[in-house]
Amino acid sequence: METNGDRVEITISSRFENIELVQVIAEHLCETAGVDEDGSHWVGMAVREAVANAIKHGNKLDVQKKVNARFELAGSELEITISDEGEGFDPEEVGDPLNPQNLMKTSGRGIFYMRTFMDRIQYSFHPGGGTSLMMFKNLAKSNGGVASSKA
Amino acid sequence: MKATSRSVDGVDIISLQGKITIGAGDSQLRDVINEALNSGNNKILLDMSGVTTIDSSGIGELVGSYTTVTNRGGKLKLLHLPAKLNELLHVTQLITVFEVYENEEEAVKSF
Repeated sequence: METNGDRVEITISSRFENIELVQVIAEHLCETAGVDEDGSHWVGMAVREAVANAIKHGNKLDVQKKVNARFELAGSELEITISDEGEGFDPEEVGDPLNPQNLMKTSGRGIFYMRTFMDRIQYSFHPGGGTSLMMFKNLAKSNGGVASSKA
Repeated sequence: MKATSRSVDGVDIISLQGKITIGAGDSQLRDVINEALNSGNNKILLDMSGVTTIDSSGIGELVGSYTTVTNRGGKLKLLHLPAKLNELLHVTQLITVFEVYENEEEAVKSF
């Protein structure tokens, strides 16, 4: 793990047991910035989902492939970048989990939770392989439950 | 994740404890439900009070468990939802799918 002022970066191998490491960093950064326990938890949950997707769908559980997480705090704006070494996918192909046809599906809620808990998320796909997911959160508005976290 | 079960008036009350997350508890939940069904119990009440962390995979397994039990002619209901799990079910509208109880006696009688 590397820290530089308001930037923290960690690289993990593609194992599910490493997800919590990244989640804990996210929650700690939020709490240090003054976000309450609930608000920090929801940001941590978004990070958990992003890292899980990078490991499972990006790197396809190949432990030789890495997932990098970078956290940058500029004022109250937290920018999180989760990058993998996979071939990428089209996030638009993931169905809306609120659509009645999808309600009873056993998967497809991870991106929805990220969108719910963060202000904005943005995927980018690198020509040489690898996907980066950027997630943004204004921590000054992040206290409280899910509803206020989206407000 | 740990699971302990007991029977009350023909209802299998399964208490889940710990994490139901990807790679740590999600597949275990499936096994616990299948074990109950294979033992002839299809009235299942999941006590969620001991669940410390759940993610989208865990939520997916809950949905899958509900479908499995329903398809086997049974019922799966939830007891003592932690606040954060309750919020996760609300935002995905799954709260409309599950019957949720705060009182065990009331939940058992509902089957």
